Amino acid sequence: MVFDSSLFLDAVFGWPLAKGALLTLVLSVSVMALSTGISLFTGSFATSPRRGIRWSMASYVWLFRGAPALLVLLFIWNGLPQLFPSFRGGWFTPFLAAFVALTLIQIAYLTEIFRSAFAAVGSGQREGAAALGLHRWHVFMLVVLPQALRVALPALVNEFISLLKATSLATIISLNELMTTTQFAIATSFQFLEWYSAALVYYMVLVSVLTGLQMRVERGLSSGYR
Amino acid sequence: MKLSIETPVELAEARPTAVQIRGLGKWYGAFQVLKNIDLDVHQGERVVICGPSGSGKSSLIRCINRLEEHQEGRIVVDGVELTGQLKRIDRVRSEVGMVFQHFNLFPHLTILENCTLAPRWVRKIPRREAEELAMHYLERVRIPDKAHCYPAKLSGGQQQRVAIARALCMNPRVMLFDEPTSALDPEMIKEVLDTMVQLAEEGMTMVCVTHEMGFARKVADKVIFMDSGQIVECGSPEQIFTQPSHERTQRFLGQLLH
Repeated sequence: MVFDSSLFLDAVFGWPLAKGALLTLVLSVSVMALSTGISLFTGSFATSPRRGIRWSMASYVWLFRGAPALLVLLFIWNGLPQLFPSFRGGWFTPFLAAFVALTLIQIAYLTEIFRSAFAAVGSGQREGAAALGLHRWHVFMLVVLPQALRVALPALVNEFISLLKATSLATIISLNELMTTTQFAIATSFQFLEWYSAALVYYMVLVSVLTGLQMRVERGLSSGYR
Repeated sequence: MKLSIETPVELAEARPTAVQIRGLGKWYGAFQVLKNIDLDVHQGERVVICGPSGSGKSSLIRCINRLEEHQEGRIVVDGVELTGQLKRIDRVRSEVGMVFQHFNLFPHLTILENCTLAPRWVRKIPRREAEELAMHYLERVRIPDKAHCYPAKLSGGQQQRVAIARALCMNPRVMLFDEPTSALDPEMIKEVLDTMVQLAEEGMTMVCVTHEMGFARKVADKVIFMDSGQIVECGSPEQIFTQPSHERTQRFLGQLLH
């Protein structure tokens, strides 16, 4: 027999992969949430009239877009404890290390996305809002951000999908995410195809759900543009 | 202190000053766009500013709500002098309405939401009340039926009327118009000008940058002609249009009429 479909079904509906997928999902959602929040600010700093602020944002982006994700993961997981003994404690788990590393990288990419999205909202919008007496914060939250999000959304979901798959790199620091659990299962059964296919199903389902969400949010944000 | 430029409109002179500009100077880098401007706008007065492009008329009007910073002189709006202080700037902006050449409506909000945004967030008026206020002004500009549409669904003329209503919802003491009809098709210019005439008749203090000389003749108490950052001439529409004293004004008006 080439492909054991009952083993495949067991793999898809069994606990090990489901747990791995859950960890993958939790990790990517939390990385995405924090990095989106931070990038809203770094993205607007990146267009700051002050050269120092602009340059420090650009160097951050340069560093974390340039470094391979795998290398950043290893730097955080192995390098930090070497630098600071306090990171040798049991609290510094693979999950935490992966969370920190991927967030640092994700911020670099999202900063660029938000920088261009903020620039895409014309200065007339800011002026129109400012002329009404709205405070800077309100101008940003009520006028600029909703319009910038609409522009940024497809690119943001792209990054989210890349991130979801990039979490599989954390297998190198023994995080029990989806790819690690798949490898474990194969190490004991030697049934490559069935387990790989089951893992593929999980990734495809996660990405499809995201794509569906993107379409719904996009519709909501573009109601004024149809 | 320099004397303000004399205007023949004595009635307006007797009223309190809404906008007072003294010795205003503004630079973009090394280039001086406004040179020693003195201007008084009294309450209820309608001032039209005209002049060739690049003469500084837009920069001048944008200084009045500090969309542009000035580097020299003083601007006092409704008793508040404009400085770098954010509190003063917000205060002045909430009392001064502005209508732009390109409308600057918020495309992600409905017409009603465009109009209620500032009353709700700046004046802290409850939503229901703000909506009633907005509907009142939308009726005045004659587009209450579009309240729940998005700006993209409206014609240019309708969008500009909404922009006027949006500014009026803040119950401003002064309205600034920065070339409000320049981006409009000819058939839509009239509906916007009619709205502005109506506003003028109700006694609104207005400062308008416009090339619509018919409008200026009809409503302006004072017409100002600017060239290369200076006020070249200032007087009643009659005076400026029929017997301009300055050669540059004559040349500009001559071109405009042909």
